Amino acid sequence: MSSPAATYDLGKLHGGLRLAANKAESTVMSIQEVPVPDQLVLPIAQHVGEPAHPVVGIGEHVFKGQLLAESYRSLSAPIHAPSSGKVVAIEPWPVSRRYGNKAPCIVIECDGDDRALPLPEDIGPFNTLEPDSLVQKILQGGIVGLGGAVFPTGQKLMQAASMPLEYLILNGVECEPYISCDDLLMREQAAEVLGGAQILMHALGLGQCYVVIESDKPDAIGAIGDAMAILDDSRITLKQVPTIYPSGGEDQLVQLVTNREVPSGGLPTDVGCVVQNVGTSAAIFRWICEGEPLISRVTTVTGPGVATPMNVAARIGTTVADIIAFAGGYTEHAKQLIIGGPMCGKSVTTDRVPLVKATNCVLVLNETSRPGTEQPCIRCGECATVCPIQLLPQQLFWYACADNEAKLRSYGLTDCIECGCCDLVCPSHIPLTANFRNAKARIQELADEKARAERARLRFESRNERLEAEQQNREAELTLQKEAALKAGPAAIEEIMRRQQKKQNPDQED
Amino acid sequence: MWTSIISAILIITGIALVAGLLLGMAARKLPGDSDQIVNQINNLLPQTQCAQCGYPGCRPYAEAIVSAAAPINLCPPGGDDTVQRLADLLGREIEPLAEGAPVASVALINEALCIGCTHCRDACPVDAITGAHQFMHTVIAAECTGCELCVPPCPVDCISMVAVR
Repeated sequence: MSSPAATYDLGKLHGGLRLAANKAESTVMSIQEVPVPDQLVLPIAQHVGEPAHPVVGIGEHVFKGQLLAESYRSLSAPIHAPSSGKVVAIEPWPVSRRYGNKAPCIVIECDGDDRALPLPEDIGPFNTLEPDSLVQKILQGGIVGLGGAVFPTGQKLMQAASMPLEYLILNGVECEPYISCDDLLMREQAAEVLGGAQILMHALGLGQCYVVIESDKPDAIGAIGDAMAILDDSRITLKQVPTIYPSGGEDQLVQLVTNREVPSGGLPTDVGCVVQNVGTSAAIFRWICEGEPLISRVTTVTGPGVATPMNVAARIGTTVADIIAFAGGYTEHAKQLIIGGPMCGKSVTTDRVPLVKATNCVLVLNETSRPGTEQPCIRCGECATVCPIQLLPQQLFWYACADNEAKLRSYGLTDCIECGCCDLVCPSHIPLTANFRNAKARIQELADEKARAERARLRFESRNERLEAEQQNREAELTLQKEAALKAGPAAIEEIMRRQQKKQNPDQED
Repeated sequence: MWTSIISAILIITGIALVAGLLLGMAARKLPGDSDQIVNQINNLLPQTQCAQCGYPGCRPYAEAIVSAAAPINLCPPGGDDTVQRLADLLGREIEPLAEGAPVASVALINEALCIGCTHCRDACPVDAITGAHQFMHTVIAAECTGCELCVPPCPVDCISMVAVR
């Protein structure tokens, strides 16, 4: 049995950087299972969109896999209990988010039995289901994009199903340094990954799938190749891409694999592609074929500050402190805790934050900040050479400082993927990405304000129209009454007047 | 040589005079594109319809700026940003706000005190208050522009303004 050869025919990616991978330390061991902790903390907003709506009360006993919070409004994802136990609180808890440090969380005290709900009876071969109902089912599994963007997968598929599609692309390109959870997942769960790909292809009616892996992951390429040989599905092709950061970004990957550029402000579906992370694909397989919703994930615990760097499979809601303790605890070099990778991750000040669906890496570094102090821009243009979106970061920085919304838009700020390449190469050590992030938030704020003003204007105008119409109605009625009175003649008017007077002075006899 | 210089000066002056007269007459006789300007100004205003400028809404204020040359610094909810944008659009000088900039706020009805008189409902310029006669009223916070027009009509003083966020 020989594994099919990986192909190399590729499009070109602008810019990008070759970074020190730092992945060797965490890929020595296989994936280790973290035991269920005493307490699980589940934020109700673990995905893009509206926070989920809790459906359990405090004091209620829940089973593993039971629905804790249902999706709310159009863009949302449900959350399930990762283990059995009692709901002890629904309260704000520190989380690793971009904005704000605390968010409402459901806290479960585990009973240690890890008792699951009985499996639903409709588990069977996925291809007996209609594509629509398959998508609906994926929606209920609480599955979100595990590459880090955490977009609800069901909604992504629903959007994609309305577009003409050609390729499903499974993203095994883990380009950010230190992170290796997808690598290990592909090595150990290749069959699940490919099974998920088959489900996705069935749900979207697609006939072609690329599994894309970076060239520095020979073991993962081998494992996927072997699994493909066993599966013998001619629709699935393995592709190998060079190791350049950030080739694992969704739009960048589409460009690399198909040589089609995703339009500004558009989605990969605009050029006929759907991109899914390999972890998401495996999670879909487990939900559809084994009935287990998204209640655990593989994450990398690594960095110079961790005693035994490794990849762990942990229940969602396990605190980072528990995970680091499982990996042997901190070393004396530990200085800074980052959730996510060194480029796109977020630095947090406490290890009480829980592992969420988005957490692909827990990184402990031995230095707290980048070397060098910020100096004025010398307009060298290095940032423009490395920008994978071909933006002009030096111009964007200029306009961000000037708060010039129109120029920021026309220079494509909203297309910035915040990969951090420009930060790294800037000889003046300007925190460009942080500036862009703030500018984006400001633009969003202005747009919201504009929309609010527009709505108020429409309401004001419709109210004025209504008042005017009421006034006209009243006047028309008055004229009618007047006409009727005139038609009846002066005698009738006198009669009415007399009746009125009588009513006012009932004693008076006429 | 002198004659040619003088004739050149005379011709140029003549052209300037004629063109000036024509333009002046055109400006007086032809209708200006004031409606479009009013719309542009109206788009820059925050649409709170609060009447704090002294005009009964944002559009009337925009009309007043165009026709009656009302000052551009009368809009407290818009703040200095709006003054800046109006100045850019109209080519006027930037003036500081006539009143200090307020914080964004929404109305809140103390439902325990509300007697259901409908006065506040009728005062709201954007229909953001619901409630029928003799029934408790409430503010639809998402639609409230924070104009404070509902506060004075309330006979039991049960409406307060609370800061957003």
